[in-house]
Amino acid sequence: MGESLLKVNDLKKHFPIEGGVLGRTLGHVKAVDGVSFAIEKGETLGLVGESGCGKSTTGRMLLRLIEPSAGRIVFAGKDMTKLAKSELRELRKDIQMIFQDPFASLNPRHTVGRIIEEPMIVHKLGGKKERKKRVRELLEVVGLSSYHAKRYPHQFSGGQRQRIGIARALAVKPKLIVADEPVSALDVSVQSQVLNLLQDLQEQFGLTFLFIAHDLSVVRHFSDRVGVMYLGRIVELGASKELYEDPKHPYTQALLSAVPVPDPNYQNEKIILSGDVPSPSNPPSGCTFHNRCPMAMDHCKTKVPELKELEDGRLTACHLY
Amino acid sequence: MTDPVLDVKGLKTYFFTDDGQVPAVDGIDFHVKEGEILGIVGESGCGKSVTSLSVMGLLPSPPGKVVDGKILYNGEDITYASESRMRQIRGNDIAMIFQEPMTSLNPVFTIGSQLIEAIRIHRKCSKKQARARAIDLLKLVGLPRADELVDEFPHQLSGGMRQRVMIAMAMACDPKVLIADEPTTALDVTIQAQILDLMLKLNRETKTAIIIITHDLGVVAQMCQRLVVMYAGKVVEEGTVKDIYNNPKHPYTKGLIQSVPDMREKKQRLYSIKGSVPKPGSIKKGCQFAPRCEYVMTDCLEQEPQLTGNEHLVRCLLYRE
Ligand SMILES: Nc1ncnc2c1ncn2[C@@H]1O[C@H](COP(=O)(O)OP(=O)(O)OP(=O)(O)O)[C@@H](O)[C@H]1O
Ligand SMILES: Nc1ncnc2c1ncn2[C@@H]1O[C@H](COP(=O)(O)OP(=O)(O)OP(=O)(O)O)[C@@H](O)[C@H]1O
Ligand SMILES: [Mg+2]
Ligand SMILES: [Mg+2]
Repeated sequence: MGESLLKVNDLKKHFPIEGGVLGRTLGHVKAVDGVSFAIEKGETLGLVGESGCGKSTTGRMLLRLIEPSAGRIVFAGKDMTKLAKSELRELRKDIQMIFQDPFASLNPRHTVGRIIEEPMIVHKLGGKKERKKRVRELLEVVGLSSYHAKRYPHQFSGGQRQRIGIARALAVKPKLIVADEPVSALDVSVQSQVLNLLQDLQEQFGLTFLFIAHDLSVVRHFSDRVGVMYLGRIVELGASKELYEDPKHPYTQALLSAVPVPDPNYQNEKIILSGDVPSPSNPPSGCTFHNRCPMAMDHCKTKVPELKELEDGRLTACHLY
Repeated sequence: MTDPVLDVKGLKTYFFTDDGQVPAVDGIDFHVKEGEILGIVGESGCGKSVTSLSVMGLLPSPPGKVVDGKILYNGEDITYASESRMRQIRGNDIAMIFQEPMTSLNPVFTIGSQLIEAIRIHRKCSKKQARARAIDLLKLVGLPRADELVDEFPHQLSGGMRQRVMIAMAMACDPKVLIADEPTTALDVTIQAQILDLMLKLNRETKTAIIIITHDLGVVAQMCQRLVVMYAGKVVEEGTVKDIYNNPKHPYTKGLIQSVPDMREKKQRLYSIKGSVPKPGSIKKGCQFAPRCEYVMTDCLEQEPQLTGNEHLVRCLLYRE
């Protein structure tokens, strides 16, 4: 076991719901409601779960793009929630993000060179000449050409724009990359190019990833371990091979069985869940999955299951175990 | 052998814009028989939606125009049918489910009033009978609280619920053909599983022919008997799903199938097709896939391949006689 680069403990984000004439707080959206995990150096932790379960909010809290309501984030041994501004700035350089939408995340008025240089300027890295040289290097690293530096984002395809976003994230030599749905907006034939690139970069630079996606096949491919989220909580976490081959939590079982496998010779038994994902502003009592769970028992309605270790490293939050 | 209910022959749909003519659909052939589920796969911009809009007579015109080919419904040529005839067909014979159900439900009317209208176009009955039928249909598609839901507005429903309303709407007219254009792309996997299950039931119980348009090779493998693969406005391969997945012929189809990760096992590295999907009309001669093809020959840059074969058709010079 290596050392963990990142440790997250009981992280929460409750967004206030404001309303009425006076803008009073009427309630809270429990977007993230007590999430704990650790990521080792050089490892990829995948985060899956359905829309609105809190994946992006979790990722954004690591960069402090969203302030946590509670909990601790320890990065490289330092408690990020307790740092002074200047120290935080230093740490921010070490954590970078790749966004889902390669169209919206690049400033259309800046050249690609400027976009990639920007984080180096912000963090005051190198002189102008060095920065320009690094931009050219980075473009080559992500499979573009140095002459692309003079062009604008709209002159590139979706896959190429995602490469630009990756080059920008790499510019300040980060240790951890939060990749939030990095390939979901891309064409199928371009997805694998970008996934291969991320894999190469990880090997080359020893990068650590938090890899967020709703596509379970993509997450399996890219992650060493996987956490499954439901309504702001992690319900299961484990090594990806074991978790995919033998899911323990009824939600993980249903989720995996619902994925259409691209092989007509294979028909899996689908567990069709009834109903929709409940709203995080008004989650069900007890185990928040109980109202859709095919195995729900009486006490699931009242008692919140804790995330417990089942066997080597497999964590599950379910009363069945 | 039964005759196809819907038969599309050599369809060409072009857009006439200020920037010139865009050959969005450039000679498409496909058909579907009673009780059959046909898949059409292709990446963004290859002309899937334009094809379905052309069939439904819903093409924005201008700038869009069917410039060549035939659309036959039960032998009747409906390519240039009058608007009133098309309205009849849309109410009774061919129904469509769109990718984003919000755009196809009218936000100012209740779910019930929209369903009742659809029912009464199809058969003569009182408002009261139609309302009862509407509630039945909502129950049939697995919606909870159907008797309350009829009086609610589309924005009060989740994406999955709206998509189920769209299916109820389609079922209201007992269609012979259902065209589903990316019916589940915007939905979570567990909701996707519910919707696909529902479409299978509809197909089995009423023998409705279904055309599923998607970019998800998993959905096709689990749902369809036959498949049409589109690339840049053209059909590049057609055959049974089993034949195409077990023995893909076109280099594009081969690449596409190999490049998607499979949840059941982790590949070391994904296959990837170089480059990206071309803009329609940007490749003026030869094969549209030639610039990305690893088997490209000199002839491919000059000569346009034709769709050849009997049961398993392919448009590629590698297979010329
Ligand atoms: N700024 C905000 N104010 C209030 N609620 C928010 C805010 N941001 C997110 N939420 C809510 O928090 C919940 C979690 O959102 P989040 O974006 O983290 O989900 P996600 O898992 O990334 O979903 P997706 O797969 O759709 O990207 C959702 O219910 C969302 O509506
Ligand atoms: N109104 C329009 N004017 C000009 N070009 C158009 C118009 N509508 C569509 N096109 C072009 O026609 C081509 C085919 O578009 P279409 O919507 O059929 O793609 P698609 O296969 O459905 O893609 P997606 O998977 O993204 O839905 C695209 O290149 C698009 O730019
Ligand atoms: Mg998100
Ligand atoms: Mg489309």
